[in-house]
Amino acid sequence: MLATASQRILGQSFQNIRPAVSVLRSYSSAAKQITVRDALNSALDEEMSADPKVFLMGEEVGEYQGAYKITKGLLEKYGPERVLDTPITEAGFTGIGVGAAYYGLKPVVEFMTFNFSMQAIDHIINSAAKSNYMSAGQISVPIVFRGPNGAAAGVGAQHSQCYASWYASCPGLKVLSPYNSEDARGLLKAAIRDPDPVVFLENELLYGESFSVSDEVLDSSFCLPIGKAKIEREGKDVTITAFSKMVGYALKAAEMLEKDGIYAEVINLRSIRPLDRSTINASVRKTNRLITVEEGFPQHGVGAEICASVVEESFAYLDAPVERIAGADVPMPYAANLERLAVPQIEDIVRAAKRACYRSVPLAATA
Amino acid sequence: MAFCSKNSRTIINNLKSKLGLSRLMNQGSDGCLNNTNPCRFLPLTTLPQLRNPDSYSHKTGHSFCSQRFQSTTSEQQFASLPNGEHSQELDFPGGKVVFSPEMRFLSESPCVYNNCYRVLDDNGQLIGNSNFVQVSEEIAVKMYSSMATLQILDTIFYEAQRQGRISFYLTTIGEEAINIASAAALTSDDIVFPQYREPGVLLWRGFTLQEFANQCFGNKADYGKGRQMPIHYGSNKHNYFTVSSTIATQIPHAVGAAYSLKMDKKDACAVTFFGDGGTSEGDFHAALNFAAVTESPVIFICRNNGWAISTPTSDQFRSEGIAVRGQAYGVRSIRVDGNDALAMYSAVHAAREMAINEHRPVLIEAITYRVGHHSTSDDSTKYRPADEIEWWRMARDPVTRFRKWIETNGWWGSEAESQLRSSIRNELLQAIQIAERAEKPPVNELFTDVYDNIPSNLRDQEKLLRETINRHPADYPADVPF
Repeated sequence: MLATASQRILGQSFQNIRPAVSVLRSYSSAAKQITVRDALNSALDEEMSADPKVFLMGEEVGEYQGAYKITKGLLEKYGPERVLDTPITEAGFTGIGVGAAYYGLKPVVEFMTFNFSMQAIDHIINSAAKSNYMSAGQISVPIVFRGPNGAAAGVGAQHSQCYASWYASCPGLKVLSPYNSEDARGLLKAAIRDPDPVVFLENELLYGESFSVSDEVLDSSFCLPIGKAKIEREGKDVTITAFSKMVGYALKAAEMLEKDGIYAEVINLRSIRPLDRSTINASVRKTNRLITVEEGFPQHGVGAEICASVVEESFAYLDAPVERIAGADVPMPYAANLERLAVPQIEDIVRAAKRACYRSVPLAATA
Repeated sequence: MAFCSKNSRTIINNLKSKLGLSRLMNQGSDGCLNNTNPCRFLPLTTLPQLRNPDSYSHKTGHSFCSQRFQSTTSEQQFASLPNGEHSQELDFPGGKVVFSPEMRFLSESPCVYNNCYRVLDDNGQLIGNSNFVQVSEEIAVKMYSSMATLQILDTIFYEAQRQGRISFYLTTIGEEAINIASAAALTSDDIVFPQYREPGVLLWRGFTLQEFANQCFGNKADYGKGRQMPIHYGSNKHNYFTVSSTIATQIPHAVGAAYSLKMDKKDACAVTFFGDGGTSEGDFHAALNFAAVTESPVIFICRNNGWAISTPTSDQFRSEGIAVRGQAYGVRSIRVDGNDALAMYSAVHAAREMAINEHRPVLIEAITYRVGHHSTSDDSTKYRPADEIEWWRMARDPVTRFRKWIETNGWWGSEAESQLRSSIRNELLQAIQIAERAEKPPVNELFTDVYDNIPSNLRDQEKLLRETINRHPADYPADVPF
């Protein structure tokens, strides 16, 4: 039900993003194009094939082929013992996944959205994140929790929250958030192979987007390091940090800024915990200005942590106050016009960058 | 998946003849707690012929006893309807539905806990015509010694906390039989997921008194590296997962591990313990449901000891104990006298065979009483009568009861008794002294094990901490090794 509604709306939002995709297409002639969905599916397939300990569990992951079709074809290929359709109990199947991980298997637990992970958050934090420490290394938990995170389109307050900062504040967890297909493949493989519990925050609206990937990315041994951000676009005037869908927005904002002579450096965080503070700080020391972008709520968000890190390590290099772009401090409304106002838009990023560069734009952002 | 009743019945019949379990499984006229056919719609429970319902209420709040629906007696007839009445049946995704024109409600529970399996009477003598699994003299004596050791361990550590030598302690007094007998019926390959009132299982498996003391004092020999409060024991080599303070979270963990054991085709099961209070947690329900659906080899042992801190079971739930809940989830269940070590041993032994050979979960509800306070942070005389506690401590002591049985068999005597008690006491006092004097874990252990490999930010923090301690040594405790 939820899946089909969002797929209809996905078609609409895909049209908004299409211009960026066609720009990419004209540059990449030989490279292959794959959707984020296929990237995730192939990563799961390859890791399950390589390691018999890896298994999937979640609601609708098997017979239904996955609520968002990420696990398509895997039940057929690996059988019901390795692709488990669970009863509706997030707390239950998360606890069971953790138990299997305690024993030594490598479960990949899917939450239909990370909003539902709140029903299992005790197991994620108290049973998974803290176990290695509390048991003094006797119990390791090589588990991955994955699923869509953050705002989708027209799904309301209980399906739109971003959990990046919630999970990233907890020691013992690793938190990753891919943007494009390369990120999706490389980071999911890294997460599955990692002996620590990993929270893997995907984005529903990105599932259907295609990105070009090199042959290296398509190789089954491809893996990205956890804890390293990627500089998606180099620049010299202002640093823009983002993760997940906002990376796409930041890149578009950078194109618009270039027309006004502002060259923005866009950093795709990829890893929220551990945060790649050295890349961020090195960039800020180069550009002297910083805008952080995220879709989630502003208070205690990812941007707050990045700002604190930069103030601690690169204060003398800042030529302007750090500005945080975040979602509105309200539960996500449903009506399309209100929803649009509650999440950052490309224009918000452009205006903030201009403010950081003292280009006379008033602080109060208006529609 | 689990709906092919014919296959499971065949397996069970084979098993019955091989293991001589038929008498164990069909105990009592109550067909409910022995429901082997998941498709068959059987009545929830049979009701006893109660003459004086009020005489059973030694706890408060049993006024609902008098409400009972007339219709429940006719539920007996339900079970005897033949299978093949096609005109009154419907094929439904969950199985066959048998219709009836009579409107009949399943009753809420009676206030009696039916069919509690026991083998030794209150004086430790074998009840006639009882079914049980035979125990050798060696095992029986080891069981008794372990139960007595656990009692002494608890008494001495409790005192140590009162003297301020450790910060916290939690006793198992009154539940020694559950701890030791279940451990004795398992093998060392079976993975144990405890709540916190089961150190006896670890003791049985060979955890030494010194190892217990080290954890309570949080010294550098503690396997937990001083990370947790006392009684949070854990030992990989004993297949005993580290105690976690959260209630009932270990129950789905056990199911996950059991599923993994099944996938690996190991000759072992997972075992998890929890109290009556723990069964209210969502995790209990999800875990039982899951275990039944995934057909995982797990044994759920509920220590129904009447109290969850100050909450009596009458405020905790209104079902007929925990065994009926297992049945409700499609899990084979049994109620056992938790203070009868021989009955516990037999039940766990049988449950283990079923779990592993038939790939099924089994629930054991062990009826007992929490003689001690909930922990050293509790004074239970504030919410229950002191003479109730004394009665259970003296008249219903499971350790004494088992001792009488082994003495009747000629396997134990008063000399062996006094020797055991004094040697254990001395060993414990010495272990405490050694643990108390030992060094605490070194500073670097503050930062290890957060992740598999120590991340750079923690290495930096450790460096900063060491520099600070070097500059201001007077501000830091002298007994923390550097």
